[in-house]
Amino acid sequence: MRSGRGSLAAGSTIDALGQFELHPVLGQIGEALRFSQSPLFMLIAVVAVLAFLYVGMRPAAVVPGRLQAAAELGYDFIHNMATETIGKEGTAFFPFVFAIFFFILAGNYLGLIPYCFTFTSHIAVTASLAVLVFLVSILASLRYQGFKFFAHFMPEGAPVFLAPLLIPIEILSFLSRPVSLSIRLFANMMAGHVLLEVFAGFTLMLAGLGAFGSVLAVAPVVINVALTALELLVGVLQAYVFAILTCIYLREAVAH
Amino acid sequence: MRLPSRNLAAPLAIVLALGAVPGRAWAAGMPQLDFANPLLIGQVVWGAVIFAVFYVILSRSALPRIEGVLTHRRNRIEGDLAIARRARDDADRAVDELRRARHDAASQAQANIDRVVHEARMAAEAQTQEMNHRLQADINQAEERIASAREETLASLPGVATDTAQSLIEKLLRPAGIESAVSRAQVQNAVQLRLAASQG
Repeated sequence: MRSGRGSLAAGSTIDALGQFELHPVLGQIGEALRFSQSPLFMLIAVVAVLAFLYVGMRPAAVVPGRLQAAAELGYDFIHNMATETIGKEGTAFFPFVFAIFFFILAGNYLGLIPYCFTFTSHIAVTASLAVLVFLVSILASLRYQGFKFFAHFMPEGAPVFLAPLLIPIEILSFLSRPVSLSIRLFANMMAGHVLLEVFAGFTLMLAGLGAFGSVLAVAPVVINVALTALELLVGVLQAYVFAILTCIYLREAVAH
Repeated sequence: MRLPSRNLAAPLAIVLALGAVPGRAWAAGMPQLDFANPLLIGQVVWGAVIFAVFYVILSRSALPRIEGVLTHRRNRIEGDLAIARRARDDADRAVDELRRARHDAASQAQANIDRVVHEARMAAEAQTQEMNHRLQADINQAEERIASAREETLASLPGVATDTAQSLIEKLLRPAGIESAVSRAQVQNAVQLRLAASQG
């Protein structure tokens, strides 16, 4: 959410989409390197996650402290998800699922901090992640199943004469995976941040109406507090959904 | 602008959000779809690089580190459990040994007691027997002594009886002045006859 900038509520309109605009950071250098605040916050997210892991695990104690317990909890959570969903091959994909989950989670949560940019609200980013998952699952399929992988497009036991109908449907549903994966995350994050910005705009507009408006302006703030709580839930939920779907696709890929 | 009760708020928000980009198409209004902006593709390329580095660091360093700590803890716990189990087994064995030793000692003590009691009983019996023997011997001796004393007495009885009878006769006969009318030999004969008669 990019609140507090001048363009937030110019006059009587609310620029709810301005927060998603990309701007080069560091002026000329950013311009030349095509480096906007989006990769900057990706970097911050990655560094935050790594710092959480390294600082948390620094004591490497047998009886963990709070931060170490939290880091281990994150590890165990994703590890269980990967091994229980994917199966025994899950350990090979565990770092990938871990990276996906924490990259998205950190992106979602960073976005809730004022003046921070939500890179998961960009379809280009979520689509890239979804395509990455899609490609990894296809490569895993080819590696674990070889060309038997293509047999999955014809459901087992279905009558042969239905093949011309079933195979395109199966292919379509297979290809729609990255689309639904990317749009789900993107739409959730964008909708949440638009709502936050709209209600924040209401507050400013009401406050401009004088004393009575100032009193009324409390209502959107209250709603925004509730929305922030909701966004905290949505942030972790979407990261979880993305990660668990990744695991499910990978399970299909490695299933024999 | 008169503003809104809370349940009107959400639809109004959407209307306002749409109104924020009047006259423009959604695609043009959404910065996410502004593909003319080189920064849009730039973030994908940078994102790929950052994600790749993130993945490599995670898979090569961060996650194995946590795995190491968890494995170490698991081993430590298992090791400790094994030590505890071994200690318990040792303790159980020691208790068994102790119980067995106590049992052995008790049975040995019982055997000793039995032996000592038996010995004591034997000793007592032997002593009793010896005492009985001695007493028997004493009794026999005493009986012999009694018998010999009786014999002696019986043997001296005729003499005493004769003397007594003699002196009685003399005392009886003295006033008549015929105290020597009866001789000692006659008295003795008479006494012997009487004794023989009473004994027979």
